[in-house]
Amino acid sequence: MKKTIIFGAMAVAGMAAVSASAATLDDVKAKGELACGVNTGVVGFAAPDASGKWVGFDVDVCRAVAAAVLGDSNAVKYVPLTSKNRFTALASGEIDMLARNTTWTFSRDVDLKFTFVGVNYYDGQAFMVPKALGVTSAKELDGATVCIQTGTTTELNLADFFRSNGMSYEPVPLDTNAENQKNYLAGACDVYTTDASALASSRATFENPDDHVILPEIVSKEPLGPLVRHGDNQWGDIVRWTLNALIAAEELGVTSANLAEMSNGTNSPEINRLLGTEGSLGEMLGLSADWAKNALAVSGNYGEIFETHIGESTAIGLARGLNAQWINGGLIYSPPFR
Amino acid sequence: MSDLSYVRTEMLDEKDPPGGEAGIVTWIHKNLFPSIGSGILTVISIFLVYQLLAGILPWMFKSSWTASSLNECREAIHLAYGEGTEGACWSVINERYKQLLFGFYPSELYWRPILAFFLLFVAIAPVLFNKVPRKVLYFSAIYPFLAFWMVWGGSIWVPISAMLGLVVGYYASVILPAVIGSLGAIVAAMILPIVWWILLAGPVAGMLQGIVPISIESVGSDKLGGFTLSVLIGVVGIALSLPIGILLALGRQSPLFVVKIICVGFIEFIRGVPLITLLFVASTLLNYFMPPGTSFDLVLRVMIMVTLFASAYMAEVIRGGLAAIPKGQYEAADALGLDFWKATRLIIMPQALKISIPNIVSNFIGLFKDTTLVSIIGLLDPLGLTNAIRANQEWNGVVWELYAFVALLFFIVCFSMSRYSMYLERKLKTGH
Repeated sequence: MKKTIIFGAMAVAGMAAVSASAATLDDVKAKGELACGVNTGVVGFAAPDASGKWVGFDVDVCRAVAAAVLGDSNAVKYVPLTSKNRFTALASGEIDMLARNTTWTFSRDVDLKFTFVGVNYYDGQAFMVPKALGVTSAKELDGATVCIQTGTTTELNLADFFRSNGMSYEPVPLDTNAENQKNYLAGACDVYTTDASALASSRATFENPDDHVILPEIVSKEPLGPLVRHGDNQWGDIVRWTLNALIAAEELGVTSANLAEMSNGTNSPEINRLLGTEGSLGEMLGLSADWAKNALAVSGNYGEIFETHIGESTAIGLARGLNAQWINGGLIYSPPFR
Repeated sequence: MSDLSYVRTEMLDEKDPPGGEAGIVTWIHKNLFPSIGSGILTVISIFLVYQLLAGILPWMFKSSWTASSLNECREAIHLAYGEGTEGACWSVINERYKQLLFGFYPSELYWRPILAFFLLFVAIAPVLFNKVPRKVLYFSAIYPFLAFWMVWGGSIWVPISAMLGLVVGYYASVILPAVIGSLGAIVAAMILPIVWWILLAGPVAGMLQGIVPISIESVGSDKLGGFTLSVLIGVVGIALSLPIGILLALGRQSPLFVVKIICVGFIEFIRGVPLITLLFVASTLLNYFMPPGTSFDLVLRVMIMVTLFASAYMAEVIRGGLAAIPKGQYEAADALGLDFWKATRLIIMPQALKISIPNIVSNFIGLFKDTTLVSIIGLLDPLGLTNAIRANQEWNGVVWELYAFVALLFFIVCFSMSRYSMYLERKLKTGH
């Protein structure tokens, strides 16, 4: 009897569904909100705060895109996704873009038919050991017991690293980061390995963070970035250039503090083109002229977003490192706005 | 003749039992140290319980309730109880209990799921206790639609037009037998409401909303989470799995070959796959079957899958009850001239269900606890939220406190269900 509630709602949902269309931009505008896939919870990158609002480094990419497309950074429907269902959610159209610390790899780009629009964080796998062990390099870890998360690329990278250096190790595989932290602290393993950013955030929560060191070796490349489906190049361009706008703004010195002033026009033609006072870049994307200004108004440029969520002023305390602008010796680089 | 008989005119006071039969010493002797072996076991048990409590209680009570991060918690505990003390950081519960209970539901609308939750008790009262006036059953019938409206909001005409589908089905089963025969009427009574829901319910609701706009703020499924989500999935699963399970159990015993094959196939298929597989189907595979662009709510998909899963198990539990009923009962029903449905409703089912109560309630409790599996497909139920809360730098590293709170929530609900089922068994006890 009571199954009506389900069928009724199902029918209504079916009615309300918008007709299929290749243009994601039109869909997003029609819905009035951007469906953005995020992590179910990774420190600094995506997490709900006490009031239920999503915050984080990846979340700000979603908000910037929503602001660029819809003019409202809050018009985002966050879809928390696990590493298992993130790709199907994107492929099936449940979400419009995925910003869920996803590593850009060949097979994901080519075989799964996604378009990675850029890299917003260059991560890599590292090792953490107790200082008391006196280890200073990962090359000295022969025979160590290692806490790892199962089912991730971490496990494979670890095997590769130890094999190529002719060392042996004993893995202690566990399912979640939280369990690994507990195990490592309880002394169940000598070494804890995962992405450097996650290690830094874990260490920051330890009772005595100074008793632990993160070894300098980075044993894998994990370029994390937002991605969209193959086949809608206009939408891919919008997400790509929104990310580029955040990056270029830092390089050009556009910050949330001087954004209003600069959007009245400056002496720099590139800033003017970026902020829409010169040229017609917004129009070429199918957006309003002030799209990049809206995106920057959300939480500032790339550097500001980095500092707010994961930078050295936060408890996580990540240095810019590879994620510094190219002019400062990092890899963060935006093609010109021309 | 003098009266030689002696009759006591007042009763003697009750005497204390002999010294060896009462008193605390005797109780201890009888229950704890009746023999040397038992005595040793008692001492060991007391020691273990003491060790356990000595570990847990100081941790529980040497705690901090008001800090705003794990590190502050530690400082506060060190300050209050001395350096090196390890205590619980209940501050995380203090800050996040609303989120654990309601997920992302807008805080100014918390009254809606709360009201729906309490109305649930009104709705199930006539089912649970037979002293409640029978008229409350009418409320029970409209409750699912009311609860749907309270939780998701939106136009009131959506649940009303969904309810009209039932009315369509009812009238089809009343009017049509005279026109197209009883088998045709049963089929029509099943198909017509579905046609109504798929083709007409939406437009009719839209039209009525156009004429008389009554609506409350709608809340999307992406806002559902925490314990509210568990309760929603659990209640829907429980409420639907029992009737569907009964139908499947009857269908499995049916002499009609096709009906029997369908029921057996369904039950065996569903029982042959783990729930988590079905949830993955709901969260990933179903998307590929839908026309592109269709947004078919994930929570709804999960509810359907959980219901199907629970129904198959429920069917087998009830089949066990049916099998336990002596053949004489069926024959007696036939002898009274009752048709199949009357015999089932009046004689077979009441007995079969009574026998099955412990198993049914076990199934309900199992189902309710299984709802935590949805955290694996990315829904933020209480367990999923513990991870999301830890993903805030302030609370990264808090593990036991969150799990303890979630365990407490589940224990309250499951324990209540279990106590109720014991009450029900006593109430329905008609055996010798």
